[in-house]
Amino acid sequence: MSSKDSVGGTLKVALLLCVVCSIFISSAAVILKPLQEANKTLDRNKNILAAAGMYDAAVTPESEVADLFAQFTPRIVDLDAGEFLDETRLSALGIDPATYDQRAVQNAAEFSDALSGEEDIAGLKRRVRYATVYLVSDANGEIQDIVLPISGYGLWGTMYGYLALEGDGNTVKGIGYYDQKETPGLGGEVVNPRWKALWPGKQVYDQNGAVALSVVKGGGQGIHQVDGLSGASLTSRGVDNMIEFWMGPMGFGPFLDNLTNR
Amino acid sequence: MSADTKSILLKPIFANNPIGLQILGVCSALAVTTSLKVALVMCVALTVVTAFSNFFISCVRNYMPNSIRIIVQMTIIASLVIAVDLILQAFAYAISKQLSVFVGLIITNCIVMGRAEAFAMKNPPVLSFMDGIGNGLGYSVVLIVVGTIRELFGSGSLLGIQILPLISNGGWYQPNGLMLLAPSAFFIIGFLIWALRSVRTEQTEKDEFRIAAHNVAEASH
Repeated sequence: MSSKDSVGGTLKVALLLCVVCSIFISSAAVILKPLQEANKTLDRNKNILAAAGMYDAAVTPESEVADLFAQFTPRIVDLDAGEFLDETRLSALGIDPATYDQRAVQNAAEFSDALSGEEDIAGLKRRVRYATVYLVSDANGEIQDIVLPISGYGLWGTMYGYLALEGDGNTVKGIGYYDQKETPGLGGEVVNPRWKALWPGKQVYDQNGAVALSVVKGGGQGIHQVDGLSGASLTSRGVDNMIEFWMGPMGFGPFLDNLTNR
Repeated sequence: MSADTKSILLKPIFANNPIGLQILGVCSALAVTTSLKVALVMCVALTVVTAFSNFFISCVRNYMPNSIRIIVQMTIIASLVIAVDLILQAFAYAISKQLSVFVGLIITNCIVMGRAEAFAMKNPPVLSFMDGIGNGLGYSVVLIVVGTIRELFGSGSLLGIQILPLISNGGWYQPNGLMLLAPSAFFIIGFLIWALRSVRTEQTEKDEFRIAAHNVAEASH
C-alpha cells in the first residue's frame, strides 16, 4: 500500500482539501457580499416602485431607481395595534426601518405568531408582528401612496409582492409580484403587465369597511372585482386569499383604519 | 494546438456529445431551457465548472487516496459551483434569480462528475481542462438548440425580443404552452438524438436482445 492510501495519508489529504476549499469559498463570499446586498436592495426597491406604477423596467434606467425610491419613507407597522412603531420601540426591538427584512424573520418566534387554521387563509402558517410599509407624502405632509407587502400561497409556492394604495387607503394604485413560482404562461402571468393593468382604480373596502376586493372568474367589471387569470384558478384564488388576509383585520386593516381615520 | 488537444476539445460537440450520446445532464437541460438567455448563462456556468473541476482534480489526481476519491472530487466540484453561484448573485442578479436552485444543482450534474472520473483522473491538467471545455460546449450546443425552439414557440420571442407577435398583445401567434413545460424538452432532446444518430449511424446502439416474433397460436391461449 502506497503512502497516499494509508490511513494517515487519507486523513491528511481530506483535512488539507477541507481547509483549502473553505478558505476559497469564504473569501469569495466575503468579497462578493456587498455587491449581492446592493443587488437585493435594488431589486426590492424596483419592485416597490413598480407596484406604485413609478417604474417600468423597459423605460426607466436603473440609475434613476435610487432617486425615485428616495421619495418613499419606510415605516414599521405593528400589525396588531395598527400603529407605527415609535423610535423607542424600534430601538428596543433592534429594527432599522431601512434594512428590516420581514421575510427573514417570518419564522422567528419573537417576531411572528402562528396562525390558526381558519385565520390562515393565505397559507402562510406564521404572520410577522411588524411589517414595513412605504409611504410617499406630498409637500403638505398628505400621504399620496401607501405600498404594502403582501404574500400568500399560490399553486406551487408562496408568492411575494407589493400592493400600492392611494392616500385614501382604499383605491388600488397597482400590484406587483417579485418572487413567485407559478406555472409559466398560466399562473406565472401574475407578472404580466396586461393583467396588472386591471388593478389600478379598484376599491379594496365596501361602505361597511369590509374587504370587498376579490379576484373573480370571468368579467370582473365591478369596482371591487378583478378578472382572474385564465387557466390558473388556483393562482387566482391565492391572489384573492392574500388580498383578503392582508387587507383584513389580521393584516393591514387596523393600520389603514387608523391612518385614514375611517 | 496539437491534433490530440483539438480532438479532445471538439469531439464532445457532435461525435461524443454528453447529452446526445452519453445521455448525461438531461435533468438540467429540461429545467433551464424555457428561455434562451437563462440557457446561455447555464451553459457558461457549466462549462466553467467542468473545465476547472477537471483541471484541479487532474492536478491532485496523483495525491488522491483511492478510498475517498469520489468525495474529494465532489468537494472540489461543490466549491467551484458555490463560487459560480456567488458570482452570479453579485454580477447577474436577475438571471441568478431565474436559475435559482439549478446553479446549485450543477454539483449533481452527471457531466461534471462523469468527466472528472472518466478523464481527469487519468490525464494531465491542461488536457483535462480542454476536455471540460469540450464537454461544456457539447452540453451548450444541445441547450442552445432546445432553448431556441422552446422560447420561440413557447413565448414567441428570442432572448426576450418578441419575434412572433402574440395574440394576447394584438398579434397572430398563439404560443404553445407545452413548450414552456418540461415534457417538451424531452421530446426535443429525443428528436435531436434521433437526428444525430441518423446522420452519424455509428452512434446507434446495437439491440441488446431481439423481440421474438408474435406467435398467434400461443397468444390465443
